Amino acid sequence: MKSDDIVVCRCEEITLDEIRLWIDRGYGRFDELKRILRVGMGPCQGRGCRDIILRELSRSTGEPVESISPGTIRPPVKPVKLGLLIHGEGETSC
Amino acid sequence: MRRIETDVLVAGGGPAGLSAAIEAAGAGAQVVIAESGFHVGGQLVKQSHKFFGSKDEYAGTRGVKIAEALNDEVSQYGDRVKIMLDTTISGYYGEEGIVTAMVGEEEYFHIVPKRIIIATGAQERLIPFPNNDMPGVYGAGAVQTLMNTYGVIPGRRVLMVGAGNIGLIVSYQLMQAGVEVAAVLEAAQRIGGYWVHAAKIRRLGIPILLRHSIKRAVGERVVEGAEICELDGSFNPIGEPKEVECDIICMAVGLTPTNELLWQAGCKMKYVPFLCGHVPLRDMEMRTSNENIWVAGDASGIEEASTAMIEGRIAGIGAARSLGFVVDEIRLDEFQTRLRNLRAGDAGEKIRTGVAAVTI
Repeated sequence: MKSDDIVVCRCEEITLDEIRLWIDRGYGRFDELKRILRVGMGPCQGRGCRDIILRELSRSTGEPVESISPGTIRPPVKPVKLGLLIHGEGETSC
Repeated sequence: MRRIETDVLVAGGGPAGLSAAIEAAGAGAQVVIAESGFHVGGQLVKQSHKFFGSKDEYAGTRGVKIAEALNDEVSQYGDRVKIMLDTTISGYYGEEGIVTAMVGEEEYFHIVPKRIIIATGAQERLIPFPNNDMPGVYGAGAVQTLMNTYGVIPGRRVLMVGAGNIGLIVSYQLMQAGVEVAAVLEAAQRIGGYWVHAAKIRRLGIPILLRHSIKRAVGERVVEGAEICELDGSFNPIGEPKEVECDIICMAVGLTPTNELLWQAGCKMKYVPFLCGHVPLRDMEMRTSNENIWVAGDASGIEEASTAMIEGRIAGIGAARSLGFVVDEIRLDEFQTRLRNLRAGDAGEKIRTGVAAVTI
């Protein structure tokens, strides 16, 4: 990383320059950036970066930020260890 | 896998969630409060200052005492309210009628609620600048938690970014804790918070620099200073940047609703700038477009603890009534009146406009 790099997504270490580069390449929606860069897919699930990226998309498209889709938000809201899921399976309810 | 059934699940044990639980339990419902932190009371717990506003909403009382009062009220209902700490609602699966929950990172289980009140609060906004990922860059809320909850000062000399109430209050509390505050920066042309908070820190000699923002954090491996710059009326930097010596940069640039569960549950959402983000459409009783889900507090739009508590009470009554419990309609009307009163006047205009845009 260069010293001037601005980290937007801390979980996946994605910089503002990278976001802008991929928007310029035509990845003009949050979900598209998510799939190519993994922004919003790390431990914080986009709590840190989504807002900043939506504003960046708004700036590049000229559309107001309220009309930019924040993408599909699915469970879980935070990482779940696979071990927890495996151990949970098959146990009786109480 | 453990499976808990309940009438009402309240996601979040802050002022809105506790208030919702009190009303729902008061009407006779079984309630589970899932709180991701280690204590209930949410942000109230670290508010060492006295609140303003209406006496009905604890004006003159310190936030931490309000949390205790709400907790006492919850405990009156005994087993009817089950508080689960360190518990995060991680997913909503409507077709199965379940939500998934995690205790720390150690247990994963199911809750089967008849109704859900989402009172997940807010998260801190960040702004991008070079080196914003360097140790020493904090959210103001995090600094407040460190100091007021854990008794740890963040550093020696702080640059505060943002002169809203949080920036002003945390600056004052930093001074009280013996930490120097180099300056408070505010991008807008005027102070966003209450004048009384601004006056307190001005009396202590802390400069509040309007139309100023941070340009970059300076340092090798940790923050050693910050470059700040003046802004023109369109928020573009003007003039030469100045360097401020500090070891902590504290960001108080606003909050945004914590809304993942609402999205997951398919609630109709709308971006409302006056409410600081995407919030669900709701009726007068805080019921969202998903008929099993209510919302209250900052998750429904960034406002204050006082309004969060009333919204919580309204949501709690609404959720209980929908389950067939008999509720006190006069009491509900009183809460609606109190909510209107809190939002009255010039100060409440933006909130009134924002709320009107999402109230069906």
